[in-house]
Amino acid sequence: MTTRRSVLAGIGAAAATAGCARNTDPNVLTMWGMGREAEVVSEVLPGFLAEHPGVRVEVQMLPWTAAHERLLTAFVGNSLPDIAQLGNTWIPEFSSLNALEPLAPLLAATSSIDQADYFEGIWNTNMYGGELYGIPWYVDTRVLFYRRDILERAGYARVPQTWPEWRAAMEAVKREMGAQNYSVLLPLNEFEPMLALGLQQDEPLLRDDNTRGNFQSEGFKATLAYYKALFDDGLAPPSSNTQISNVYAEFDRGYFSFYITGPWNVGEFKRRLPENRQDTWMTAPLPGPHGPGASIAGGSSLVVFRTSPKKELAWALTEYLSRPDVQVEFQEKTGDLPPRRSVWETSTLSGDPYMAAFRDQLERARPAPPVPEWERIADELRIVGEAMVQGEMDVEQGAAALNARADRILEKRRWMVEEGRSV
Amino acid sequence: MKRSATGWLFAGPAVLAIAVFFFIPAAAALFLSLTDFDIYALADIRNLRFVGLRNYIELLQLPLFWLALGNTLYFVFVGVPLSLAASLGAAMLINSKLVRFKPLYRTIFFAPFVMTLVAAAVVWRYLLHTRYGMVNYGLQGIGLQPIDWLGDPAWAMPSIILFAIWKTFGYNMIIFLAGLQSIPEDLYEAARIDGASRWQQFRHVTLPGLTPVLLLTGVLTMAQYFQLFAEPYVMTQGGPAQRTVTVLYFMYEQGFKWWNLGSASAVAFVLFVFMFIFTVLQFAVARPPRGRA
Repeated sequence: MTTRRSVLAGIGAAAATAGCARNTDPNVLTMWGMGREAEVVSEVLPGFLAEHPGVRVEVQMLPWTAAHERLLTAFVGNSLPDIAQLGNTWIPEFSSLNALEPLAPLLAATSSIDQADYFEGIWNTNMYGGELYGIPWYVDTRVLFYRRDILERAGYARVPQTWPEWRAAMEAVKREMGAQNYSVLLPLNEFEPMLALGLQQDEPLLRDDNTRGNFQSEGFKATLAYYKALFDDGLAPPSSNTQISNVYAEFDRGYFSFYITGPWNVGEFKRRLPENRQDTWMTAPLPGPHGPGASIAGGSSLVVFRTSPKKELAWALTEYLSRPDVQVEFQEKTGDLPPRRSVWETSTLSGDPYMAAFRDQLERARPAPPVPEWERIADELRIVGEAMVQGEMDVEQGAAALNARADRILEKRRWMVEEGRSV
Repeated sequence: MKRSATGWLFAGPAVLAIAVFFFIPAAAALFLSLTDFDIYALADIRNLRFVGLRNYIELLQLPLFWLALGNTLYFVFVGVPLSLAASLGAAMLINSKLVRFKPLYRTIFFAPFVMTLVAAAVVWRYLLHTRYGMVNYGLQGIGLQPIDWLGDPAWAMPSIILFAIWKTFGYNMIIFLAGLQSIPEDLYEAARIDGASRWQQFRHVTLPGLTPVLLLTGVLTMAQYFQLFAEPYVMTQGGPAQRTVTVLYFMYEQGFKWWNLGSASAVAFVLFVFMFIFTVLQFAVARPPRGRA
């Protein structure tokens, strides 16, 4: 979503990054961040500045919509900053560009960052080719938002944990709410719901050293079949969430009772639904094929660039921003979910019933396949998903189309691996 | 011999500049379009492969490319005639003898053209905002339903066309104004004596008099409209449902978002071929009538 603020920020960032990004002064650290995090990171920095007298941190803000281009352009132009916030799905790409500093040696000398305290799935998004390239800063995943009252009326005291139970519950909701309403909203303009359901299967999404699509596996075909049937049987509306004029009002009206979406919507539902309707909704971890299922491991990490002459100072800032007390403060300012279990316990999140599902889900967050091409493949998931829902493809054809498209996108990577080149 | 050497001496600096800043980059882009330059090649240039025409073949099989081409043609074929009509209308209004304060109107109509495009687009985003925009405020004022101008797949491109026309019509208006002023007044007098109506005067005096100007503005505007990029980039990011992805926007995404410079260069050359064909067609259609230069 692009807001006015991000457009203005974009223009500002364009002006800011047009100059030289890296400062040659050894006491000035340049940091690039995105969106809300970049706005408030300066507010948690006083502690760091007190520990490093004479040091200054210049934070430059990039809008999310332009950040990826800007980072790649800066890489080509050799004007990357010292440290940056990087969406964790971009880590494979920048690692294969050899732009990121491997962090294992620095981590070994640091006691305050304890890998065991981090959610495993999130930590693993920072690994590429066995090397660690980033430290998770905040995390993001998808869970199930649902209407507690409607589910109760349909005869369910709690949210189902397996696919068959969930399917039965959706049918009961449909009976309860009538033909003009639906049970679940899976927006066709997002790949995330289908990806989350796909990650729940045992088979990986890519095979042969991540050089070919594995979408014709039995597991992924089961995901496609489950997903498509929800639309075919009238349980999910075949629309994007831009076509639904107000997702919050429609959820409140009972147009749909389940919605797979992310943590930012907790705040939105709290704000947009009336006070006396707040007890009608709740969040739950995603049901899986045979029990509580996996979900997406999203979020951002802190990375240090290989070209930085101030790596030690950049690492010191990474270490500072990863400290539990700093993360608690940062969480309060941004509302972002922290990547460390200990921070969940001490922050206000622990008392928020809506956040409990996220805490639980993060234990089962799974990274997407670590290849630079992943975003393009994920985009194909969305396109093929929409074509299947519109009846242009069946499950077999959809799986075959995904494999064909993934294989085409991965052609260069396959060649590199076959030639024995480092990827 | 000596004369030609002198000629080259004079033309030399310009030829050199054109060669360095135009022909060499264009040749390099053509070469790039025959390779698979991507982020792997960016990491290590030895990962670059020569792939012949594969970028072109794959491009022509890509649904998004055809969608982008369709969106671009929609923009060009609706936008260019409307834009020229708006320019001509404005020019004729200003040229009318009844209008006073001509320089004032000329300045007002020309102002959008000299505005920074990005800043104007941001302001238009506000104007077209579904809930807080002035346009919908006006619509509701006369009892119509608000329209999600930039969020509705059917309305996004018309909104961008509207903005582009507003932004550019002032430039062609100035050219038309010069064209109108060069049509001798006695032709109109003769037409009036022959009993021609206003429409007949426009059809048989004004339009033929403006043919060379119309051709020039048509070609320039079309070339400019084929390269639609900044408006969707600022206003819609290609959405909703990819209805405002234009060929140039698609090329930008290929080139600078995914860093597939090979296929992005191929897009550039395909776009060039399209623009070339349409320009030739335009010259063929709008050839000046017999006997006139």
